[in-house]
Amino acid sequence: MAERVQPINLSTFGGAAVVALLLVLTLGTLGAVAWRAEEVSALSKNDWSAVRFTLWQAAVSAVLSAVFAIPVARALARRQFRGRALLLTVLGAPFILPVIVAVLGLLAVYGRSGIVSDVLAWAGLEPVSIYGWQGVILAHVFFNLPLATRLILQGWLSIPAERFRLAQSLGFDSRDIAKHLEWPMLREVLPGVVMVIFLICTTSFAVALALGGGPKATTIELAIYQAFRFDFDLGKAALLGLVQFAIGAVLALASLGISVPSGHGAGLDRVVPRNDGSKVVDAIAIAVVALFLITPLAMIVAKGLPGLPDLSLSILSAAWRSVWVAVASAGLTVIMALALALLSLRWGRGVEAVGYLSVAASPLVIGTGLFILTYRWINPVLLALPVTVLVNAAMSLPFTLRALSPALRQLEENYGRLATSLGLSGWARLRIVVLPRLRRPLGFGAGLAAALSMGDLGVITLFADPSRATLPLALYNLMTAYRMEQAFAAALVLLALSLTLFWLFDRGGRVDADL
Amino acid sequence: MLTFDKVEIVQGDFSLTADLLVPAGAKVSVIGPSGAGKSTLLSALAGFVPVTSGRILWNGEDITKAAPADRPLAMVFQDSNLFPHLTVAQNVGLGLKPSLKLSPQQNARVAEALARVGLNGFDDRKPAALSGGQRSRVALARVLLRDKPVMVLDEPFAALGPALRVEMLALMAEIAQERGLTVLMVTHDPKDARQLDGSTILVADGVAHAPVPTGPFLDAPPDVLRAYLGG
Repeated sequence: MAERVQPINLSTFGGAAVVALLLVLTLGTLGAVAWRAEEVSALSKNDWSAVRFTLWQAAVSAVLSAVFAIPVARALARRQFRGRALLLTVLGAPFILPVIVAVLGLLAVYGRSGIVSDVLAWAGLEPVSIYGWQGVILAHVFFNLPLATRLILQGWLSIPAERFRLAQSLGFDSRDIAKHLEWPMLREVLPGVVMVIFLICTTSFAVALALGGGPKATTIELAIYQAFRFDFDLGKAALLGLVQFAIGAVLALASLGISVPSGHGAGLDRVVPRNDGSKVVDAIAIAVVALFLITPLAMIVAKGLPGLPDLSLSILSAAWRSVWVAVASAGLTVIMALALALLSLRWGRGVEAVGYLSVAASPLVIGTGLFILTYRWINPVLLALPVTVLVNAAMSLPFTLRALSPALRQLEENYGRLATSLGLSGWARLRIVVLPRLRRPLGFGAGLAAALSMGDLGVITLFADPSRATLPLALYNLMTAYRMEQAFAAALVLLALSLTLFWLFDRGGRVDADL
Repeated sequence: MLTFDKVEIVQGDFSLTADLLVPAGAKVSVIGPSGAGKSTLLSALAGFVPVTSGRILWNGEDITKAAPADRPLAMVFQDSNLFPHLTVAQNVGLGLKPSLKLSPQQNARVAEALARVGLNGFDDRKPAALSGGQRSRVALARVLLRDKPVMVLDEPFAALGPALRVEMLALMAEIAQERGLTVLMVTHDPKDARQLDGSTILVADGVAHAPVPTGPFLDAPPDVLRAYLGG
């Protein structure tokens, strides 16, 4: 509608500013990094093994997550049982669970002095070790098995219930149902699931930092960190950053060709009751996954509670710092997402692609790039928290944008003409129509962004000194110092704060919302 | 007087021409087969669909390029006439001032308009707490405050039952009469057109025809309309 008078004029300016900011953050920092990268000749043998390990562990993690998720999703699709809704909630939680908290929980179960090793020792066997590639993959499966389960469950529930009834009336047994109904669905859904998880795992930093390391278990992100932090080799950090971005970009492009499930689809509470298949197999699948997911978190609670009264002042002030970093970052994410979504109404959906650029970009590359751009003028330590706010906001943007943009389009469709015919434009339209109508996705998006930022252990590690540490960084420092009692207590605080922030924002968007 | 001066609207394969006059104060039904472009005609008038060529004039003034809110017309949509999160008074108040920063006098005018449509004391309710008929009344109250010479209705009251629809059309016609408004109403039901009892614009085969008196027109409808009306 070329001549249509456009609804919100301030969106052009604000949106264009956000687009510029994001381009500087992703491509600009990459450019800065590339400019520095000319000073080194090539990647060393160790760097190449980091590249290989990154791809290998991502592939293994993705395939394992998807394969283990299949029986769990099938059980959830065809069985109604007590606690099913709770399990679905738990399956959604890892997304907003701080990585470093989960790592500590996994250590409490699979570490040298964890439950599993204790049991093995009691049986006279060697304890297991979680450090190394196996720990990295274990943590990645812990985080992505739930995601895979939800996505595959969605696929299962997308098969019309009538087909299962038809299959029953035709006398199909489990094998027939699998062949004619389930396998075709899986063939469609699985590539997207594996792709998404592969992409997530290639940018893994915190897991590799805590559990990996050494020549056999270093990801590219970790190698960037080490080059920057230990060797101060900007050229190498830059080159690795380029490789990381190239991998992300290639994967993002490749995933355009594969239908990637949305993951936020509603209606997972539906069950198609069936009388085929083994109840025992389903019960085992559900019990194992519940145990796998809940035990590490229960360990955090159990081991964290006793230490709570003794938490040091520095941990508490780190927690306070993290809360405002998270709130600021959530606010920034929501403003950017809103500006981009509004601008895309005028300039087309291509604008939104800028918001998704950070999927391919790595926070450490952005951090390194910002350092290269600014270190001559500003003390990097002073920038640690502002940069963390900014980078976390950019990293959360794709998720918030995906929640917000369809809702805004729907709003324009339903009420756009009414608002325009009444002369609602600019701030008045934003204040009277857009913000109140978008409260739910805004609250949800802000909650996601706050929780992600609260738990983030990424770019902050590049700059911060202990006096400016966020809670995840302070927790990591406690872990490396083997002060485990304090670490568990800090982890419990971090876990509680992340979930509370998400709950508060999400709830704020729901209360009294007129539909 | 509303003038469609050799107006042509092209959207992909679809095209519609309109070259006609609507006298001020006329009550015009717009009728025609589905997909013929009834709503498109009104959307072009309201400024939501661009005109490919030709001009739209109100009392000789060219409004073809005017912003939707600046045109001399107030709209009643098929549904979604009210914002669900705003109260009845706020929804009506938008007709006076989009910023909703109303003076005491303006608030009094809102209350007056609500009283006129029979919604005394409904100010603080939300649309969800209203019946379908009451929601339509709120939309009409807002038209009153918009104070525009033309009222444009796109299949209004479509969600209401037959009796309620008759009632709302009567209220709408009454208000138009009091204010001397020109009415253009898209409808798919000849009964609505007969009740409005003015003239009818037939939209069919890519042409919006000049208005003709409704009664005689519907007594002997042209073939394209007869097929649509079903006898």
